[in-house]
Amino acid sequence: MSKKNSEYLLELEGMRKAFPGVLANDDVGLAIKPGEVHALLGENGAGKSTLVKMIYGILQPDSGTIKFNGKPMKILAPAQARELGIAMVFQHFSLFDSLTVVENISLGMDHQSSMEKLAARITELSERYGLPLDPHRHVYTLSVGERQRIEIIRCLLQQPKLLVMDEPTSVLTPQEVDKLFETLKRLSSEGMSILYISHKLDEIKALCHHATILRLGRKVASVNIDEESPQTLAAMMMGEELQTLQRGEAVNSGQVRLEVAGLNVTAADPLGISLKDIHLQICAGEVVGIAGVAGNGQDELLAALNGETRVREAATILLEGKPAGRLGPNERRLAGMASVPEKRLGHGAVPDMSLVDNAFLTAFRRMRLLRHGLIDYARTRQFCEQVIRDFSVKTPDAQVPAESLSGGNLQKFIIGRELDQNPEILLVSQPTWGVDAGAALTIRRALRERAAKGAAVLVISQDLDELMEITDRIGALCGGHLSAFYPTREMTVEKVGLLMAGVTLEQEYAA
Amino acid sequence: MEILLPALLTIITAATPLLFAALGELVTEKSGVLNLGVEGMMVMGAIVGFATVHVSGSATLAILASILAGMLMAAIFALLVLKFHASQVPTGLALTIFGIGLSALIGQSMIGVAYDGIPQIAIPLLADIPLLGRLLFQQDFLVYLSIVMVVSVSWFLYRTRAGLILRAVGDSHDAAHAMGYSVIRIRLLAILFGGAMAGLGGAYLSLAYSPLWVEQMTAGRGWIALALVVFATWRPARVLLGAYLFGGITILQLHAQAFGIAVPSQVMSMLPYLATIVVLVIISSDRSRIKLNAPASLGRAFHPSR
Repeated sequence: MSKKNSEYLLELEGMRKAFPGVLANDDVGLAIKPGEVHALLGENGAGKSTLVKMIYGILQPDSGTIKFNGKPMKILAPAQARELGIAMVFQHFSLFDSLTVVENISLGMDHQSSMEKLAARITELSERYGLPLDPHRHVYTLSVGERQRIEIIRCLLQQPKLLVMDEPTSVLTPQEVDKLFETLKRLSSEGMSILYISHKLDEIKALCHHATILRLGRKVASVNIDEESPQTLAAMMMGEELQTLQRGEAVNSGQVRLEVAGLNVTAADPLGISLKDIHLQICAGEVVGIAGVAGNGQDELLAALNGETRVREAATILLEGKPAGRLGPNERRLAGMASVPEKRLGHGAVPDMSLVDNAFLTAFRRMRLLRHGLIDYARTRQFCEQVIRDFSVKTPDAQVPAESLSGGNLQKFIIGRELDQNPEILLVSQPTWGVDAGAALTIRRALRERAAKGAAVLVISQDLDELMEITDRIGALCGGHLSAFYPTREMTVEKVGLLMAGVTLEQEYAA
Repeated sequence: MEILLPALLTIITAATPLLFAALGELVTEKSGVLNLGVEGMMVMGAIVGFATVHVSGSATLAILASILAGMLMAAIFALLVLKFHASQVPTGLALTIFGIGLSALIGQSMIGVAYDGIPQIAIPLLADIPLLGRLLFQQDFLVYLSIVMVVSVSWFLYRTRAGLILRAVGDSHDAAHAMGYSVIRIRLLAILFGGAMAGLGGAYLSLAYSPLWVEQMTAGRGWIALALVVFATWRPARVLLGAYLFGGITILQLHAQAFGIAVPSQVMSMLPYLATIVVLVIISSDRSRIKLNAPASLGRAFHPSR
């Protein structure tokens, strides 16, 4: 045992990891002090996840050294990482829906204790760190925020020295984010190091001390957060100045294209959300945004609007003033509507069908891709190639299966497929979920352009910054209720957060 | 009373094979594997048990042989499904067809051979209680075992760590794999347990219920056992209830005439299946109950990539 203790808790040097065809990490270094909140910053595909998986023992580096407490280590498995004192909260939770909170946590523990003792410790930790959680609830009844608390408490039970968090706020409301940050700051003040992975610059400014920035698998810089601005961080992350969307004033003509008047939908699934008395008007030329945490009726609302669920009273949904509640998806498409669902593979596109076939599936009516009842493949291919060109979808050709495209590329393709049909009404759910900043900019710009050409655009998103950037009016869904809409110019993230929590703004300001 | 007692006694014997097979399938399904080969494993258990007692004369040996036969059949299923990623539904169906054919082949020379049936164990004192004693405490060993198994399976699934892991694997095999649990090994054990219990159910048919061998003597009981698992929404205690209910319906058809019910025997034979369909429809309409108890990854193939 050497007496000489390192200043750093964790040091990485020359980390390299190659996958077939991709060099995911090349000569990446990183150093974290005890009690430090360290940001790992980079776009999708920059190699953040690969690096973290090597720290946690899920992947083995091709070369490079990992030092923990100054001692060189080979971390061969997650259990070994946990033994050292490294804990990780994943972006996608590994939870069992039909089991209770305490059962879930028990399954992830390396050292066993009885369920009663474990439940007591969960309650104790949840009170101490402000993470309210009932150990005996079944997971499927919990919100996403509560599910994340399970993962955090699971980590805290191991009393780790280093907590790794992979994009923890992407599923939370602004208020939940604030709470999470309080917890993390408290942990850091108690001496725990936190490696915080994100591409949200304002969060990193608010929380972190240092940052390591990755781009295309390489370390670009290691900086002191206090000395940087979001702009300089973004420039390092993307290798170029962050472009913000330039937009003109809304060209709202007052012509109502889509109107929803008193829509009620009872959820068929008992775990689904019923829509209650929804009122909404979207005019030609405007982009309207609906914020809300997932699972508050977004899926149900989109399905009712695009015809996947038909509603009993035809007059509660009006397309260009005509009752459309009883029309199916294809009839609504023919009437000028296009829709992009949240789930790309399996809902927005058939995973194992080619891009050409996928293009045909939603466009055949409007683009007249049928001839004598048969598929006109020449025209379908033409249309598909036009989409690929217009939205610079990166793909070897139009015949590859949809599932072979990366998430961002597939999203560009799906949105492009709908936009190239020149819809008068466009419904989009989570347009840039998991898409890198460049592609997100393309998509947002295209949505604004469509509105400028006179379409009514509805964007349902969990990403508040996105909604603040591209919408003209904004509202929120909470528990199946849709709030009133307010001009985006007059709104702040905090006010939208209140709407998302089901508070009406008049109430709040009257009080 | 003279009519009712034999009827009640036969309900117990009719329910026991269903109970064994359904409990085994319940554990298999809780691990996320749908094995439709219950009928095939049962019928193999039946013939192997009968052949063993025919040759050796030992009931104990016969029961053990039945269990082994059921496990061997299950092992074939496990190999195809877990190792070679064959689809579970057709593989299970094939296992049933295979079992029926193979059992007929083995049993060719044993048609018409009689056997006395395994002895009944009278529990001292309790068996002397009038009526109840005859009904509850003077049964054969397997009837007692079947009740013990209900309690054991329930205790295992909801009180032990191994049971928790098994349920976790059935809920999300990807999450369980990510946590470092061996999905394949856990499922293999669950499938083998299902096979052993189906074999035991078959043994009860050919050694106790009607101690002789007839081709296809399971007569669809494997399918009823499968339906029972859904009927019981994957809860062991409800399997017990369901098995006695279904057993009762089966017996009703035999005793209908004695009770003076003038219904064509064909209609009576249909009853268990009709009841199964009705119950499945009713159960399936309550989705939250299904959500809580049904294994979410039931029937889905597991590929441990990554």
